[in-house]
Amino acid sequence: MEFAGIKSLIFYAFALLTVASAVLVVTVRNIVHAAFSLMITLFGVAGLYVFLQADFLAATQVIVYVGGILVLILFGVMMTSGRLQMRIQIERGQLILGGLVALLILLLLFGVISNTPHWEGIKDDGSTLEPTTRTIGEMIMQGEFLLPFEVVSILLLVALIGAALISRKEVRDEE
Amino acid sequence: MSLEWYLALSALLFTVGVIGVLIRRNAIIIFMCIELMLNAANLAFVAISRELGDPSGQVFVFFVMTVAAAEVAIGLAIIVSVFKHRETVNVDEVDSLKG
Amino acid sequence: MLIDYLPILLLLVFAIGFAAINLALSHLLGPKKPTPSKLSVYESGVQPVGNARQRFTIRFDLIAMLFIIFDIEVVFLYPWAIVFKKFSESSGYFILIEMLVFIGILFLGYIYAWKKGGLTWD
Repeated sequence: MEFAGIKSLIFYAFALLTVASAVLVVTVRNIVHAAFSLMITLFGVAGLYVFLQADFLAATQVIVYVGGILVLILFGVMMTSGRLQMRIQIERGQLILGGLVALLILLLLFGVISNTPHWEGIKDDGSTLEPTTRTIGEMIMQGEFLLPFEVVSILLLVALIGAALISRKEVRDEE
Repeated sequence: MSLEWYLALSALLFTVGVIGVLIRRNAIIIFMCIELMLNAANLAFVAISRELGDPSGQVFVFFVMTVAAAEVAIGLAIIVSVFKHRETVNVDEVDSLKG
Repeated sequence: MLIDYLPILLLLVFAIGFAAINLALSHLLGPKKPTPSKLSVYESGVQPVGNARQRFTIRFDLIAMLFIIFDIEVVFLYPWAIVFKKFSESSGYFILIEMLVFIGILFLGYIYAWKKGGLTWD
């Protein structure tokens, strides 16, 4: 079918975009460029979620990661760079050793993937699928995830108090 | 686009994140690489959730995103605080706890 | 369902393409006769003072952290709102109490940050 061909082409484009910008995050010298590469990676992952019919997660990825976490990281960049030079050299020994460890991890992961039992493959028509927001809402609000949902609020409370404590202490020290 | 594609993509993203954590010395870049690894794990979660037709995987990913947000809030507060005291974000220079 | 996302993809393609083509065309076709006043940041405005790459004050940090915590809260509200009607018909106020507990716990953190002076700008 014509549509299926175009769709897989778009999938490959998103996959390439995601991996290429992730490589840029690691390799690029300028930290602000790294942050913007990370933004492209996060958008690419959101696109892949759309391909996996996880529409709510795709939207959440954009709201939480791109709109929240990335902005916070950029704040961190702006608060710690400035006049000081942020471009730190990579040591050769670290590069070789790190690359070796990463290669081993990659081989391990690919070994696991090739040994997973073969399911029949993701069904691509997907036209019958419901939007997932309602399902997720039902699972959180009345299903088995109600307790985690309330625990998350405590986690966020602890994070908020911790962050407030750490940054306010700095301001008091300064004065 | 079978499951293997998504899992391979996730493995690649995860490995890129591992390389970043191992070779970069800037704490904020290391932070970004941790986010990359979390995203790789999330991608595998969603792919397998789709494969099994079980939306629990998507709820897991939702909670992982929440935890990632809390982690970033605290982690960046710590990095900025360390920078205030030591004027550096190079993780090799922050070694007061080294025996 | 995937076809529903075609407008978003088209929007992305057109937005990026429009910007890229315009930048490339003006770069290729535009005449370049630079003068000092043309190269200044604000051509007929005030002269910029100092470097733009200055360090931000740390006070912004807490605001950003508050933002991300409540960002998460808003995202949780969305699936809750979708199922609210159905569950309030079957189990009454229980779903409302669930969310009130969630927001109440987060509100404690908000009050803490407020009392700590996290929201003042001295």
